[in-house]
Amino acid sequence: MSTETSGLAETPKAPGPLGFARRHLREYGMLISLLVIMAFFQYMTGGTLLKPLNLTNLVLQNSYIVIMALGMLLVIVTGHIDLSVGSVVGFIGALAAILMVEYDWHFVPTTVACLIVGAAIGAAQGYWIAFFRIPSFIVTLAGMLVFRGLSLTLLAGQSIGPFPVEFQRLSSGFIPDFFAIKGIHLTTLLLCLAVPSIMVAVNLRDRARRGRHGMEQEPLPFFLFRNLALFGLLVYLGYLLATYKGLPNVLIIMCVLIAVYAFVTRNMTIGRRIYAIGGNEKAARLSGIDTRRLTFYTFVNMGVLAALAGLIFAARLNTATPKAGVSFELDVIAACFIGGASASGGVGRVTGAVIGAFIMGVMNNGMSIIGIGIDWQQVIKGLVLLVAVCFDVYNKNKA
Amino acid sequence: MRGITKTFPGVKALDGVNLAVRPAEIHALIGENGAGKSTLMKVLSGVYPHGSYDGEIRFQGEERRFRGIGDSEKLGIIIIHQELALVPLLSITENIFLGNEPQRFGIIDWARAETRTRELLRLVGLDEPPSTLVTDLGVGKQQLVEIAKALSKEVKLLILDEPTASLNERDSEALLTLLKDLKRRGIASILISHKLNEIAEVADRITILRDGATVETLDCAGVDIAQDRIIKGMVGRELGDRYPPRAREPGDTLLEVRGWNADHHLHAGRRVVRDVDLTVRRGEVVGIAGLMGAGRTEFAMSLFGRAYGRNVSGEVRLDGRPIDVSTIARAMAAGLAYATEDRKQYGLVLDDDIRHNVTLAHLPGVARGGVIDEIAETRVADDLRRRLRIRCSSIYQETVNLSGGNQQKVVLGKWLFADPRVLILDEPTRGIDVGAKYEIYTIINRLVAEGRGVILISSEMPELLGMADRIYVMNEGAMVAELPATEASQEKIMHAIMAAQSRRKERLQ
Repeated sequence: MSTETSGLAETPKAPGPLGFARRHLREYGMLISLLVIMAFFQYMTGGTLLKPLNLTNLVLQNSYIVIMALGMLLVIVTGHIDLSVGSVVGFIGALAAILMVEYDWHFVPTTVACLIVGAAIGAAQGYWIAFFRIPSFIVTLAGMLVFRGLSLTLLAGQSIGPFPVEFQRLSSGFIPDFFAIKGIHLTTLLLCLAVPSIMVAVNLRDRARRGRHGMEQEPLPFFLFRNLALFGLLVYLGYLLATYKGLPNVLIIMCVLIAVYAFVTRNMTIGRRIYAIGGNEKAARLSGIDTRRLTFYTFVNMGVLAALAGLIFAARLNTATPKAGVSFELDVIAACFIGGASASGGVGRVTGAVIGAFIMGVMNNGMSIIGIGIDWQQVIKGLVLLVAVCFDVYNKNKA
Repeated sequence: MRGITKTFPGVKALDGVNLAVRPAEIHALIGENGAGKSTLMKVLSGVYPHGSYDGEIRFQGEERRFRGIGDSEKLGIIIIHQELALVPLLSITENIFLGNEPQRFGIIDWARAETRTRELLRLVGLDEPPSTLVTDLGVGKQQLVEIAKALSKEVKLLILDEPTASLNERDSEALLTLLKDLKRRGIASILISHKLNEIAEVADRITILRDGATVETLDCAGVDIAQDRIIKGMVGRELGDRYPPRAREPGDTLLEVRGWNADHHLHAGRRVVRDVDLTVRRGEVVGIAGLMGAGRTEFAMSLFGRAYGRNVSGEVRLDGRPIDVSTIARAMAAGLAYATEDRKQYGLVLDDDIRHNVTLAHLPGVARGGVIDEIAETRVADDLRRRLRIRCSSIYQETVNLSGGNQQKVVLGKWLFADPRVLILDEPTRGIDVGAKYEIYTIINRLVAEGRGVILISSEMPELLGMADRIYVMNEGAMVAELPATEASQEKIMHAIMAAQSRRKERLQ
């Protein structure tokens, strides 16, 4: 019934900073929750959480979840789900182990081959989902079973390892230091000053440009808070990492991917079209968007990222085991939903999913240090997921 | 209902509204979109419980305080919403007694339910077996099932929100007759409708709402109230003409469709569009008339990149050259556009804002190398908002919060930005109020003045007669007549349809 809503519509929403904050409550809420959770565990663990060694571990432990969350976010935004990623992680790890350990492949062709196989897996699943309209839940549930089974077959139930040292560096390596100063990794420090500075500069320039054209603006206090918080956090964490071994290689890969995916989803036509598919597939199709092909590509993309995560995870364990990646899909999906994605599609942001993944990661790590058993960790994580989504729904109904 | 005031955060939706319905009368409630009709009905039916509004509701002489929709239903106040509340995959019987099943100890007495259903169906004049699934019924018949369901609950006051919006003339007529029938049985109804001719036909009294307040209540008993009188009350101004004037000087042939055929999208072999020929000239509005299910939407959508149907065949020429319309993207590139009749389902990304909706069909127009230029996009959206007079707080407003007329303008804006040569408009004014209709007609006139062609599909014949230069009449998938607007009339169009139907019947026999 459209009639009664228009009366509401014609009155502008509460103007000023409060109205803006209310509409973007979720985005600030995410950032603040992450900070609060970090502060909480920093206190509870007596400062262990942010010790350089632990921080490095935190990054290494969560990198593959974050990387898969990028792909999963796109899948969820189009209104689908991918349950197979955990099994794909295991399968690709097994494949890499066979190629490198049993066939003595160099790690470069192995990596390329594994990413291609990942794309093929994504394509195989996306084909049924996009062109035959089989529900993604079913197709990827099948994929989950199939690839778990195949990884068991490949490994014949054994663990295979270790990997060549060059391959291990993917996960356990750090960027080289060009300055030999004792006690601090200067290259890391400089990078961690330069990158956030550039980010803030770009944001400032963007804001000025938007201001000149009279576009809707984030109120200044929020803008400053967001940028300062981000800048402070990144520089501080960078400094901590610099006092240990510097930036892990995998962190660089992860940051580049986050930047690329954030840009593609926010600023590119293909990103906009993916959101339109999730928002209203029929309307998107009638607007000339090839919805089936785009849906197909989101699954191909997910397959590639799952393969990359599989390589990173295998490199980190330095062995391929049949159990690798079990239940990863749940962590990845949870990260997206905690990050504000909507199960009905069309809603969700890359930054949200990344922050969601880190909220889960910090909680995992912090609770382990405190000594909370794995049983209660699961209970707490489950409740956090529920609360985050309830908050979303409540927010949406109120608006 | 006396002095009803209901406020939403930031806006007074109803301000001291009075409404009195007498026993056994048909009371029409009219007003522009956003005037507060639906809000008022939600107060009356208990959707907004007592305490969330000011004022009092008296029913059968007593003050009533409904806590929810269950309270009002118990007293026999039943509302039938525009979007029907039936479960498609359940039978008629199951739907009628849903939540109200005749039962003992939780075991449903289906025999009794079915007997009762038969009675009710006879009452509403629906000749279908009670075990028919609702999904197999047309919208008109579904509407009758809703009414039968209301009757099963001892209804005393029936509220119908735009019951005929999606019905064809014949089904509408049947529904209105039924209302008069119910009136004789002592059942009062409140009828919300935009169709003034229907109201003139059945209403005993008319209450006009404007901007959340009662303007007046008119008594129709014995007097013929002029439609212009009602419109004036609704919009608060005289509407000189319901259709804006336009210089009618069509140019050379722009679009030419020859031998167009299409099958049903699920059943290959069931032809829904047969050998359609159609031409559109530059600067011309071509109307397509026909009953619901005549194949007009199917024709338009199959033409627009095979968005509908199977085994689509035929030839399309633009400016005399054949064009490729085999996919939606190609049809768009060739210069076609199709604005859907169902804007919520097919037209808009409702959760997204106006800005993102208007550029969706032509994103490359605001992007370079696949990167969207937000500033260009904002400028485009602001420009369209001004040109189409879309009423909104800003272009960042989500389209779900817009009224029907403004949503339609956003859909039109999307296609204007795509800059088509020929624009197909499928029921562009369905469910929107008189004022917004006029604005949409003005936009159509501007489009053809720019040398574009417009194909206007409409079930409202006055609209076709007022806007089109030439009218095609479609029946059962085929074009059965073509009339210049100067010669066309409602009678002639109906006559063409009837003649085609009887010809068809003869052929089948």
